Amino acid sequence: MSSGSNHLSRRDFIKFTTGAVGGIITVGLGIPAVGYLVDPALKEDKAGKPIAIGKLADIPVGKPYPFSFTVTKVNGWERTAANYGGYVLRKSEAPEDILILSSRCTHLGCTVNWHEESNAYLCPCHDAKFSAEGQVLDGPPPIPLRHFNFTIEDDTLVITPVEIGQEG
Amino acid sequence: MWQKLYAWLDERLGLGEMYTALLDRPEPRGNWWNTLGSASLFLFILQTVTGIFLTVYYTPSPDHAYDSIQYIMTGVAFGWLIRGIHHWGASLMVIVVFIHMLRVFVTGSYKYPRELTWLVGIGLLLMTIGMGFTGYLLPWHQMAFWATTVGTQIAGSVPFLGDFILKALRGGPDLSALTLQRFFAAHIWILPIALLGLIGAHLYLIIKHGESHFPGKDD
Repeated sequence: MSSGSNHLSRRDFIKFTTGAVGGIITVGLGIPAVGYLVDPALKEDKAGKPIAIGKLADIPVGKPYPFSFTVTKVNGWERTAANYGGYVLRKSEAPEDILILSSRCTHLGCTVNWHEESNAYLCPCHDAKFSAEGQVLDGPPPIPLRHFNFTIEDDTLVITPVEIGQEG
Repeated sequence: MWQKLYAWLDERLGLGEMYTALLDRPEPRGNWWNTLGSASLFLFILQTVTGIFLTVYYTPSPDHAYDSIQYIMTGVAFGWLIRGIHHWGASLMVIVVFIHMLRVFVTGSYKYPRELTWLVGIGLLLMTIGMGFTGYLLPWHQMAFWATTVGTQIAGSVPFLGDFILKALRGGPDLSALTLQRFFAAHIWILPIALLGLIGAHLYLIIKHGESHFPGKDD
């Protein structure tokens, strides 16, 4: 019986204990549950191996040259192959004077295509227009087309399959 | 402010009455054996929550079921915990439900006016065992595959209807992708919805009739 304010009645004690145990179970299960759900978002995307995309001699100078490659990644328990593409632009005969653009539009990720008559890359989704060097000429993209880093090994062009761009 | 809001809601929803009916109803006398029904309900909720979380990664296909569970156990943060609780909680639920039934039987609590509570309870026991049976196949490892082979074969030994029952359970004459898919559907949709309905009826009857007294010397 509650004879004073310091005394907890049996009923209140049970209520408090039930609430506390319930709270511990909820938090103890709730925190791991959130971690479990968002786990894939916290995993790091590993950079792929360098990819050879062609002999330098086969790539014309002054005109965007299309290429594509497939990156196989392990997503969860499965391997998923994703296709990427881009254009090599040899600005001059000098072997290092090369710009390799990704064909993924910087607006919302559609694939841009080189259009000879317009002398520009056109995006089919929202009419974006990029120059041969990837600068935005028209449309909604916030930044120029992204590019790939490359090396030349035995006259072969090798790229690192990580897009580099002016983010932000 | 909060009191006013509560009073407004209470007047319209009857929160106070609900609280009294659910958590503050008179009990004959405190006894731990009387808590097993609530324990079963708690386990059902726990299994529901962990089960929903498991479906985020689990894939009911012969190609992916085993790998997706391996991934849950080793690749996902706390996946081992979520599946561990679901795995052990399943066994515990069958045990707790069974002891609950024994207690009701021993104390004669199934008698007038609670016969229907008992009958609904039989349905709950069968559904719980059905959940165990269908859930056991889902990992799609050797133990699961052969346990279901044997289990469905036993169901197939029923006279006359046996062959039909076996094919209906397996989705064909053999264990296949169809078996896994229909066991999955039964495990996450059909049986849980049936369980939920029966739990509602069971709880309504318990609240309506109150808990039975333990029989004394005079009974």
